[in-house]
Amino acid sequence: MFDIERWQEIFDTIRKNKLRTFLTGLSVASGIFILVILLGFGQGMQNGIEAEFKGDAATSIWVWPNRTTVEYKGLNPGRRIQLRNENFETIKENSAVDYEKASILYFPRNVRVVYNNNLLVYNVAGTNGDLQDIENEFLSEGRYINEADVKSNAKVAVISNKIKREVFAELDSPIGEYLTISGAGFKIIGVFGERSEDEGEESRIFVPISTAQLAFNGADKINNINFKLTESDNLDETLAINEKATKEILTYLKAVHGVAPEDERAIRIWNPIQEAKRYYGLTGNIKFFFWFVGVCTIIAGVVGVSNIMLIVVKERTREIGIRKALGAKPMGIVGMILQESVFVTAISGFAGLIFSMTILEIVGPNVEIDYVVNPSVNFTVAFTTVIVLVVAGAIAGFFPAWHAARIHTIEALRDE
Amino acid sequence: MIEIKDLHKSYKMGSNSLHVLKGINFSVEEGELVAIMGSSGSGKSTLLNILGMLDGADSGEYNLDNVPIKDLNETKAAQYRNKFLGFVFQSFNLINYKSAVENVALPLYYQKVNRKVRQEKALKYLEQVGLREWATHLPSELSGGQKQRVAIARAMAAEPKVLLADEPTGALDSKTSYEVMDLIQKINDAGNTILVVTHEEDIAHMCKRIVHLKDGVIVEDKKIEQVRAEQYV
Repeated sequence: MFDIERWQEIFDTIRKNKLRTFLTGLSVASGIFILVILLGFGQGMQNGIEAEFKGDAATSIWVWPNRTTVEYKGLNPGRRIQLRNENFETIKENSAVDYEKASILYFPRNVRVVYNNNLLVYNVAGTNGDLQDIENEFLSEGRYINEADVKSNAKVAVISNKIKREVFAELDSPIGEYLTISGAGFKIIGVFGERSEDEGEESRIFVPISTAQLAFNGADKINNINFKLTESDNLDETLAINEKATKEILTYLKAVHGVAPEDERAIRIWNPIQEAKRYYGLTGNIKFFFWFVGVCTIIAGVVGVSNIMLIVVKERTREIGIRKALGAKPMGIVGMILQESVFVTAISGFAGLIFSMTILEIVGPNVEIDYVVNPSVNFTVAFTTVIVLVVAGAIAGFFPAWHAARIHTIEALRDE
Repeated sequence: MIEIKDLHKSYKMGSNSLHVLKGINFSVEEGELVAIMGSSGSGKSTLLNILGMLDGADSGEYNLDNVPIKDLNETKAAQYRNKFLGFVFQSFNLINYKSAVENVALPLYYQKVNRKVRQEKALKYLEQVGLREWATHLPSELSGGQKQRVAIARAMAAEPKVLLADEPTGALDSKTSYEVMDLIQKINDAGNTILVVTHEEDIAHMCKRIVHLKDGVIVEDKKIEQVRAEQYV
């Protein structure tokens, strides 16, 4: 292995058989190249799909009422369910599940929003401070509604970036301006934007829930209950907690509002994580697909390398005969052929690896295709692949080399 | 130098057995130049292969330089070949991607001679066969006679006890054949033992002794007056 004379002999052989060496190397390098690029894009798609779901907090639960569809305890179907403050409080306080954030929404009807004597067509919603996290809103200016606002029934409002653009374009900042909502003045305290572009949320003016219920005759009515669960690193665990919470909420609300347990439509619940799960499953499949293609590529590469080794050894049968007549030992010949092939496959394998990883590093971060974000590949995986290919090439080369070395010298010399 | 007693060899051809050598007895002294003659199928190549340890005998004794050659495995045979024997083949058997000097140096590589000494020695032997200035040429750039001279230089480079030549002039025209024989005679003049297998009378008469093989037995073994090849060159 560390015999310098032998290395010199091997380099001689490589130098003088450039085409053969080049073709062997090319097949190995291209195999690795294709595999790395494929794996990279598989990872890119997974990154992309994950990014698409970063909009709303993935662990949130949204609850809103509807009309009953099933007759139950003497109550007719078609009855409209109205959620109340106490429903929210009960869930929040008695739940066996930890809620990181909990918020409610109240949508008052028939409110008029006026600014500078212009009638605005935006919706108004009452809420508390936790909504910001659940909706994944970020503040571009000022502050969000907080607990003190809710407690003191403060007449404050948070508007969206979209409203700022459309209404307050001439002002540096809308903070401190007053909106007149159904006759009462509301001071603007903050501007928010959302991570995912949701037109509905973007056209909304948020005020404290207590103020909304008080000012717009809402009493203790609410339209929407939202929770955010504590996120666990483990998707399965998160899913289990999510399902438990969903069940708990539905059971309680159905019982308290006289809804038949089998009535699926009276109380609606939406949890993005259940949707996300489908996509995670999908990325899993995509990843598997790319792996499958990758493994097939490797197999094709191994077969290719083996083929080339077979031909190389066949082509060198006569040379092997000559070398044996001149005093080469069989194992020495096998060793030399293998050493040469391992050297060539390893060098070209790593060349393919470095080339493809460089391309991924340079091109990857600039890729802007839907559902593909920053394609990249795990170095260990790629490295292992190169080793597998080199070892496979060596094993594939060993048998024909061993066979050739054992051929009778006379027969080897006769080989044309 | 070479002693052979009652050597037998047969080849299996399917269910038939072909008895090629049927009890060969013969010996060669140091410094001899022996021609082994016979028509095709007489067993002369088989005999040479056994002498060259490229093939094993079924029975009989073979001593080379007082070393019994018996039950050799491939590795041992390779060592002995490298130490005792030089080969010259009808089809030259040069390695086509190696230059003349590298071909000549190859047996020295297997003797673990270092690269520099190899190069020097190889050049020295190329000089002896008159191909010094062709040292860096590939076999494909050489004529048949030149190739055979490179092959002879290669056989000599290992400084063998015995030089075995299997139809060394078989692929050459008569003028080139005589040049090669001239070279072989000169090497013999220097004291080297050489065995030449041939079926050409004129080539055989350029040796010092002719052994006639027919149907696997020696039918004639005589010393002759050597014809010098020099006069035809």
